[in-house]
Amino acid sequence: MLDDFFIRALIAGLGVAIVTGPLGCFTIWRRLSFFGDTLAHSALLGVTLALSFEMNISFAVFLISAVVAIFLINLQRVTNLPGDALLGLLAHSTLALGLVTISFLSFIRFDIMGLLFGDILSVNNLDILIIWLGGAIILITLKIIWKPLFASTVNYDLAQAEGMNPDRVNIIFTLLMAAIIAISIKMVGLLLITGMLIMPAAMARNLSDNPLMMVFIATVGGALSVLLGLFASLEFNSPSGPSIIVAALSLFLLSLINLKRIKIKGKVV
Amino acid sequence: MNNVVAKLNNAGLKINNTWLVKGVSFEVKKGEIVTLIGPNGSGKSTTAKIALGIYKNAEGHVDKYTNKIGYVPQKISIDWTLPVRVIDFMNLTEQLKEKDLDDALNLTGVKNLKYRNIKSLSGGEFQRVLIARAIAKKPEFLVLDEPVQGVDFKGEIALYELIRLISENLKCGILLISHDLHVVMSATDYVVCLNGHICCSGTPKTVANNHNYKELFGDRASNTLSIYEHKHDHTHSADGTIKTKKI
Repeated sequence: MLDDFFIRALIAGLGVAIVTGPLGCFTIWRRLSFFGDTLAHSALLGVTLALSFEMNISFAVFLISAVVAIFLINLQRVTNLPGDALLGLLAHSTLALGLVTISFLSFIRFDIMGLLFGDILSVNNLDILIIWLGGAIILITLKIIWKPLFASTVNYDLAQAEGMNPDRVNIIFTLLMAAIIAISIKMVGLLLITGMLIMPAAMARNLSDNPLMMVFIATVGGALSVLLGLFASLEFNSPSGPSIIVAALSLFLLSLINLKRIKIKGKVV
Repeated sequence: MNNVVAKLNNAGLKINNTWLVKGVSFEVKKGEIVTLIGPNGSGKSTTAKIALGIYKNAEGHVDKYTNKIGYVPQKISIDWTLPVRVIDFMNLTEQLKEKDLDDALNLTGVKNLKYRNIKSLSGGEFQRVLIARAIAKKPEFLVLDEPVQGVDFKGEIALYELIRLISENLKCGILLISHDLHVVMSATDYVVCLNGHICCSGTPKTVANNHNYKELFGDRASNTLSIYEHKHDHTHSADGTIKTKKI
């Protein structure tokens, strides 16, 4: 039989995959991969905050990510710097701030590898509760703002002209990004979380011709990556977080073959 | 009874201390077509966007009296990363009834493209989808920014005819931007001639006789009215024989 810790890892991993599927699609559509990375880097600062003040890690990470995200939106308004420069600026300054703060917390033993690459096998019941409850809140919110969010992703002017309030849903979506990073940081780690967001969605893009189909395939692909990755890590004794991402990569490569076939078919017909 | 759908009072937009357009006032009533004309860079699209509330820092007073708005923007680019079919695009800002969706696609002649990917459409085809999307939701205020760009000549006439029909049938207020002075002068109720500000406005007849308009567009432009004022009940074939139109 499977061990308890492995069952918990599976439940947590699947919970994360269900949420990263739809959010990952929007991450790709809105070209926010680097934005996700920046938020993930800032998570280190969140973790040190949690350790310093004995807060829940997910909550502290959400708090810091949300602050960084809002700060970024405002920076974009007041400076003339391009978006990627601002993202780099924030990513590295929050990472550096986090590392400096950690050095002051010498009284705490700290598993930095677990933080960078995730430690899904040490997930406890409270983590599972946070993932599934937080995940449910994220998905319900996304469902509510889906129409205006998608409309403003396709075209800002159209959405604004026809009364969809794109600025408001943009901020809500940014908070959802901060939330998914907060709940999944323990599972895949801050270096790999963006991979969990964009790889299943990228795979899905190769296989779909409409938005809902892409969301569905991304979700299934993400769940499949978690299953494959976790069983592989059990079998080969490889680290769990990276194994999940490698599984996602394999699925992406498989989808390329299919893409090629579709294109060849298209030419023949 | 108030049948005004949008009203601009001394509206304008200033970016980096330059006025893109300034002191614009007009109103769009239900069942009426208001047209904006003017040379490149005269602020036509900007004015339309001000009327739609896209610019939040616009000066002056802008009032919209309806939430049912349809918009055909002048420029629109859709990211290739988005897997969007025509049917998804039609439902973009409002979930349409299947019948309304099909009717609108039929009216603009692109029903056969319903399940095609947006990326695979030609410029003219996409333009027809844009118009279909804007009219399918039966708007009370319809803003068309050069709606027939890229459409073939025959389609152009049909689409302008369609726009006129929509304003009559739906009783919606239409704000139209067009370079086609013939159409503007023959089929619209009120013309606003822009050149960074309102240079003249009024019925097509008064605008055509205004000397500002003649200066802006040249003498030949004012003749367009006299040519197109009469109603066509016939067409000419290539050898000059007259064919009576079947109505």
